[in-house]
Amino acid sequence: MAELDTSSGGGKGGKIRTKKQSTRVDLTAMVDLAFLLITFFMLTTSLSKPLAMDIAKPDKDERNPDNKLEVKQSQTMTILLVKGNRVVWYMGEAGKSQPTIEGFAGITKSLLENKKKVKDATGKDIMVIVKPTDGATYKNFVDIMDELSITKTNLTAPAVDDDPKNLMDSEIAFMKENGLL
Amino acid sequence: MPRVKVPRKSTAVDMTAMCDVAFLLLTFFILTATSRQPDPLEVKIPSSTVQFKVPDKDLTILTIGKGKVFIEIIGQDVKKLTLQKMATEYSISFTPEQIKRFAVISSFGVPLNQLGTYINMNGDQRAKSGVETGIPTDSTRSGELFKWIEQARYATAELHQTEMRISIKGDAEEEYPTVRKIVDVLQRQKVNKFSLITSAEAAAK
Repeated sequence: MAELDTSSGGGKGGKIRTKKQSTRVDLTAMVDLAFLLITFFMLTTSLSKPLAMDIAKPDKDERNPDNKLEVKQSQTMTILLVKGNRVVWYMGEAGKSQPTIEGFAGITKSLLENKKKVKDATGKDIMVIVKPTDGATYKNFVDIMDELSITKTNLTAPAVDDDPKNLMDSEIAFMKENGLL
Repeated sequence: MPRVKVPRKSTAVDMTAMCDVAFLLLTFFILTATSRQPDPLEVKIPSSTVQFKVPDKDLTILTIGKGKVFIEIIGQDVKKLTLQKMATEYSISFTPEQIKRFAVISSFGVPLNQLGTYINMNGDQRAKSGVETGIPTDSTRSGELFKWIEQARYATAELHQTEMRISIKGDAEEEYPTVRKIVDVLQRQKVNKFSLITSAEAAAK
């Protein structure tokens, strides 16, 4: 136990009298601290693990470059990731509808709106095509993929088209015009 | 009637045993907690709301930052075999001692011809030497990065009979073209599924 026998020290000859003091130490504070640390280590060991976002990209076959997925323009929404943490999106075919420039804060709302519109108009799910341009950062890409999963759009087929050759002329023209490329 | 005397007992509880148990557990958790190894390439990972945890085996992590790529193969056995396979591929040789030392290096980004010297250095020298220029990515078809990933996949398949997972750990501010280049390398060997490592973010309603 946590006591020590200290009784033999004083009293010889009866001259000096030392008070017998208990050597019992109050361990409560120490136990408190120990449990605090235990809790900390228990939580951090399992929580510090980073998370993984799965991305599946369409197969890129060099021998068969014509293997392309045709999507109906009535149900597509194209999102371009451009310079300065902004996005440009438009519905349907490039050049035929007016693109919208937006920040990342507003894209969730637009996604949900367009998703509903497409569902009401055609009865089918929306197809979102993400095109990161050279001005985008990696964070933008993660953010947009995250937005898609939050809004539960494009769950079956994520269409990421990051080849700069696949940018439409009208898209490039629009981005140049607005200084976003 | 005489009053029954209840002897007053002390309310102090002996904490010793509790203290013992608490510290025993504490020691256990401290020891089992995996110590985070310092990354040679510091990156600030973006956050997302995904809930899927990164697996801790059969995995290769590609760290992208400042235009450089570092590779980390998880699992000492896989790492050793990958190095041996790479050595055969490029017909260079490593001593058993070097292979042993290589097994404990976490993440590295050194061209293969300097890897031998890099392995022989200690931690401080490695950071200072300036050989950590990233894995060369110049050619997507036969570049060193391509080979490293390919050989690591072979090694995983050989040792654990599973498909190796590939994770990309990119710096939030990294320009997209660098990421695209790495993804291209992966897609060239038909790796179309990979994961992006992110930190946790409070889920939006």
